[in-house]
Amino acid sequence: MLLSITNTRKPATDLGFLLHKHPAKLQSVNIKSGIAHIFYSAATEEVCTCNLLLDIDPVSLVRDHKGGGSFALEQYVNDRPYVVSSLMSTAITKAFTSAVNGKCKDKPELVAMPMDLTVALSVVPIRGGVELLQNLFEPLGYTVKATQYKLDENFPEWGDSHYYTVELQHHITVQQLLSHLYVLIPVMDNVKHYFVNEDEVEKLLAKGEGWLEQHPFQELIVKRYLRYRSTLLKEANSALDVKEEEALVNEESGKKDACQPNLHDQRLATVRDALLATEASAVLDLGCGEGKLLRLLLEKRQFTRILGIDISLHVLNYAKRRLKFNRLSEEELGRITLAQGSVLYKDERLLGYDAAALVEVIEHLEEHRLQALEKNLFGYLQTPHIFITTPNKDWNNTFTEDNSKMRHTDHRFEWTRAAFAAWCEKVATTYPYKFVISDLGDAHEVYGAPSQLVHFTKI
Amino acid sequence: MDIKIPKLSLVVLIGASSAGKSTLARRLFKDTEIISSDACRAMVSDDENNMDATKDAFELLHFMVETRLRRGLLTVVDATSARIEDRAKLVALAKKYYVMPVAIVLNLPLKICAERNRERADRNIPFEIIANFVTLVKRAGRNLKEEGFKRVFEYRNQEQVDNIQRVFRERMFTDRSDITGPFDIIGDVHGCYDELCLLLEKLDYKIDKANYCLMENNGRTLLFVGDLVDRGPNSAGVLRFVMNAVEAGQALTVVGNHDNKLMRWLNGKKVEVKNGLECTVKEMEAESAEFKHKVEKFIFEMASHYVLDEGRLVIAHAGIRASMIGRASAGIRDYCMYGETNGEVDEFGLPVRLNWATNYKGKAMVVFGHTPIYEPQWFNNTIDIDTGCVFGHKLTALRYPSKEIVQVNALATYAVSKRPIEKPAVSMQHEHDALLDIDTVLGKQLISSRLMDTITIREGNVAAGFETMSLFGIDPKWLIYLPPTMSPAETSSLPGYLEYPTEAFSYYKEHGIEKVICEEKHMGSRAVVIVCKDVAAAEAKFGVGDGKMGVCYTRTGRAFFGDEALEQAFIRNIAGVLTERGFWDEFHTEWVCLDAELMPWSAKAQGLIQHQYAGTGSAAKNALHAVNKVLSNVKDIPGIEQLQATFTARESMANQFVEAYGRYCWEVQSLADYTLAPFHLLATEKQTYFDKDHVWHMETLQKYCGGEGNVMQATAYKIVDFADPASEAIATEWWLALTAAGGEGMVVKPMQFIHRGERGLVQPAIKIRGIEYLRIIYGLGYTEAAQLERLKQRGLNTKRGLALREFSLGVEALERFVAGERLTSVHQCVTAILALESEPVDPRL
Repeated sequence: MLLSITNTRKPATDLGFLLHKHPAKLQSVNIKSGIAHIFYSAATEEVCTCNLLLDIDPVSLVRDHKGGGSFALEQYVNDRPYVVSSLMSTAITKAFTSAVNGKCKDKPELVAMPMDLTVALSVVPIRGGVELLQNLFEPLGYTVKATQYKLDENFPEWGDSHYYTVELQHHITVQQLLSHLYVLIPVMDNVKHYFVNEDEVEKLLAKGEGWLEQHPFQELIVKRYLRYRSTLLKEANSALDVKEEEALVNEESGKKDACQPNLHDQRLATVRDALLATEASAVLDLGCGEGKLLRLLLEKRQFTRILGIDISLHVLNYAKRRLKFNRLSEEELGRITLAQGSVLYKDERLLGYDAAALVEVIEHLEEHRLQALEKNLFGYLQTPHIFITTPNKDWNNTFTEDNSKMRHTDHRFEWTRAAFAAWCEKVATTYPYKFVISDLGDAHEVYGAPSQLVHFTKI
Repeated sequence: MDIKIPKLSLVVLIGASSAGKSTLARRLFKDTEIISSDACRAMVSDDENNMDATKDAFELLHFMVETRLRRGLLTVVDATSARIEDRAKLVALAKKYYVMPVAIVLNLPLKICAERNRERADRNIPFEIIANFVTLVKRAGRNLKEEGFKRVFEYRNQEQVDNIQRVFRERMFTDRSDITGPFDIIGDVHGCYDELCLLLEKLDYKIDKANYCLMENNGRTLLFVGDLVDRGPNSAGVLRFVMNAVEAGQALTVVGNHDNKLMRWLNGKKVEVKNGLECTVKEMEAESAEFKHKVEKFIFEMASHYVLDEGRLVIAHAGIRASMIGRASAGIRDYCMYGETNGEVDEFGLPVRLNWATNYKGKAMVVFGHTPIYEPQWFNNTIDIDTGCVFGHKLTALRYPSKEIVQVNALATYAVSKRPIEKPAVSMQHEHDALLDIDTVLGKQLISSRLMDTITIREGNVAAGFETMSLFGIDPKWLIYLPPTMSPAETSSLPGYLEYPTEAFSYYKEHGIEKVICEEKHMGSRAVVIVCKDVAAAEAKFGVGDGKMGVCYTRTGRAFFGDEALEQAFIRNIAGVLTERGFWDEFHTEWVCLDAELMPWSAKAQGLIQHQYAGTGSAAKNALHAVNKVLSNVKDIPGIEQLQATFTARESMANQFVEAYGRYCWEVQSLADYTLAPFHLLATEKQTYFDKDHVWHMETLQKYCGGEGNVMQATAYKIVDFADPASEAIATEWWLALTAAGGEGMVVKPMQFIHRGERGLVQPAIKIRGIEYLRIIYGLGYTEAAQLERLKQRGLNTKRGLALREFSLGVEALERFVAGERLTSVHQCVTAILALESEPVDPRL
């Protein structure tokens, strides 16, 4: 909302020449979704402070960015009008065009002259806290100060907000300062930009020239700055996303082995091989998610009829993109179908397949609803081969001591090897199936493998 | 001369080209009933004489015939149908849909046909072809009955054809939809005359037992599901009584397999005299030939099944498929007598009877017998009422339409059942409902509701609803209702107000309503609460198998409490109060469904409040504070005062905003921190309360609110009578006082729960929210004049349309549930409400 730049290098009012703004006037320029006011709160030989105040209209903010299509209340009640965000970056280029571009009509010698600059920003949402702030600005030579605010003083138990008043000091040229701010403000905020354009990469390269290349956190800056590019990916990552699990496991176990195929790929390859071994030609992937298993199945000509089912149309559309449906030949398209559905409903479309796979699906269901799943799979569909995988809770001991911790926020339960075996046994006594359980992933000598796989065969 | 055919027939016209089939068809039948091969040819080729198109044309013809027959419509096929193979296809279709095939043969002389053909301007068929057809038709006439045509009408000259006056459509023998009841439906009697008499007396009939006469039937009709005879002590007596009653128009009966076998024995057919027939045979041997003849004829004339009460009720002995209802064939008669078997034999040596009702999805309620069971159970809108009286158990009557079960115990065990009659562990319906049908929750849905006729839910919305349900919904067995969305009042014309009571009152006045109720809104979250008397009652009614005795869920079907133990403590608290204050006895129920507001708001919305509201508040307060600090030091710059004034005002709005949401938040740690304010008593066993007015709901619920340790608290309300302007002023004052103190506002409802005005259903509720509350909806600065002016341009039509559809669907879901319909049909309505919620609507409304 507010950016104040103070110069204390005499004559301090040189700042006014550089910014090309008259100290005795209030100047206002239109920016997207509002107005930017520029005024001075000090203009003496010793101190000169120029303020850039954004007056954002929340209603037009919504109207200007309806592209998202979602009609969420948060569009109307949010922090955007009050924070220093990408809107501030665009305002900087609009209000201080010449300074940003390194031009000064009246005193061109000032452009390359470092000044004693202090910047105050109110308020900055920083996702990553003071540490991030320091990581971003200290390598560039800034002295950093930050004051963090509570979420609500009336409810101290809610804790701190991620809003800060930030003060930065440096002996630097105004142009450099503005370039740093332009790039790093949205990086701190880390929210989808409001000024998303295809030329964003070019803008970043231009503004980052001369400093971003050497910045130790360059990767993070680029990733966060270009955050919008992954929006598509983010939307598609549903509750069944496995990334979160891996992140947690990696985080907690502290080990990352780049050479090993990751846990999920390993799981999928094992299931694919098991399906191949049954000589099935028509296969079901129940809870197919973004289609990782489907892709492996498509590669094998043995599978002539593949049906992927998921509860989310959104995810299915994403899977279609990943599987490049629009580039598949008619013959390939004839082999694969994706459809919305659920293992908890009676669905004729799922009848008549040789084998079915449920990879990391059941733990996303309430445990007592498994009886519906059993009734469906083993009683109604009676698919000859059924493969089910689920995390092995015993293995959680390898990365955490917290027994209640689950690997994914959406997991409704995680079973130990004994619990899983008991369930399989119960199924096999109720329905005409026999079963074999095997490890999925590299087994720990005490706690077993990360996941467990059961193969049910109809008798 | 009339042609008499059954109401549901497939009429096949047979005749050479130019024999006058189309002319006759048009004279006797409705245009839409006639499917002509020429028309089909034209439809697929633009030329009705195009012989290349014949194959496609007939495919189309057969498709249309099949569709019509499936839908139960009389259909006339106007094609030459001269060849046996052409007719065979049509007869097979008729058979498939249990429709009577009828032939009308125009066997006219070649001379006439040829002459007419010559006179036709539109086409000219070679003489040889017509001659060939004429020969084929002549030959056809003789064997049509063997081909399967039940009735054949043949005409040999034009005069005979011209003499046909009209087609008389006979009512189907099984169709008694004209009788609307009330009925008492009696299960398998099997010669238990004493018990039958006791049961009828219990049902308040006056009978003359000795003379086998029903003296007084109180305007009710008796229905028997068959198997009157065998095994029991007095089959002849039962027959005498039922024959008299049927003759007197007091009763109807369908045929049972035992009745049928007796008829075959009487008819001299070779039958094995066992399985109880030996008892009846012994009785019959003592009877007169006249009586035996009468019995034989009586059974012969028994229907396979009856359709009653305008199609709402069907009785059959062993069951019936939806596709057979109201139709007739030997196959149907067999099915109705024996039900479905798969040829297997069970451990007791009896044929395995498949539960035909598992796949029954028909609209009509089906009452049947045949398989003795421990206790009648509703299952997919069907019920077996054979409770094995002859095996020493009970004789059952089902009263219709009240669905009351009335029973008498057997006086003795007359026969021993091979398969023991035992109480099942899990109810059939619960067992069946564990797996719901996907086709009622995916794809475009057309839901007929009692409040709004057919409600259409678009496929895209259904997909979204399904996803939400699958991801977050609680077990569908609990999810029997969702409340509708609620529209605010039109925007106020008063300056400074976005909403004000006046507009809500005007809305209802315009719709001809005289009285409304205003209920305080507590700024809680909408919650639906189901509470059962105990865990056993919950399991018996809902059959979930989760060990809960109730649930509390949100407007979108999610569990309210993340912590199950806390949820159950909450439910137990309510159940305790209900038990203590006699609710269960007062309402003859073991469960209740309440519509309520649950406080605090922060209990459900903690995440939203902290991330959205507190975050915004913190950012705004602190940023604006910093801005004003800087601005206050600026002097002598033209225009700066304006800026100072704007931002000072904004800072105080930010403070008001923080206060506004803070008022509705309190920490919840234990049960004592929650409050439930119920405002609708939605349903109890077999009962909804949509017919009661809102004062009844408030007063009834008040009895169970308040008191030490009770989570339930009463809601304040005011009644406004539009005839008394003072009452309107009082309510407005009340609202001003509530909202001035930071309250959310109030909800205005028409006094009647469901109000239908001249223009249809009226909004069931309208909310009027206070100035400060709206700050957290519209943003902290919404009261700035310029913003408010813009915000007043809001449209309510979409929101109100949704509110009505969701209201209708919610009522429908609960009505279906209390009527004992299968869960799939309840779940369909509930999922549809979620689907409608995916419709993009301004969330601030």
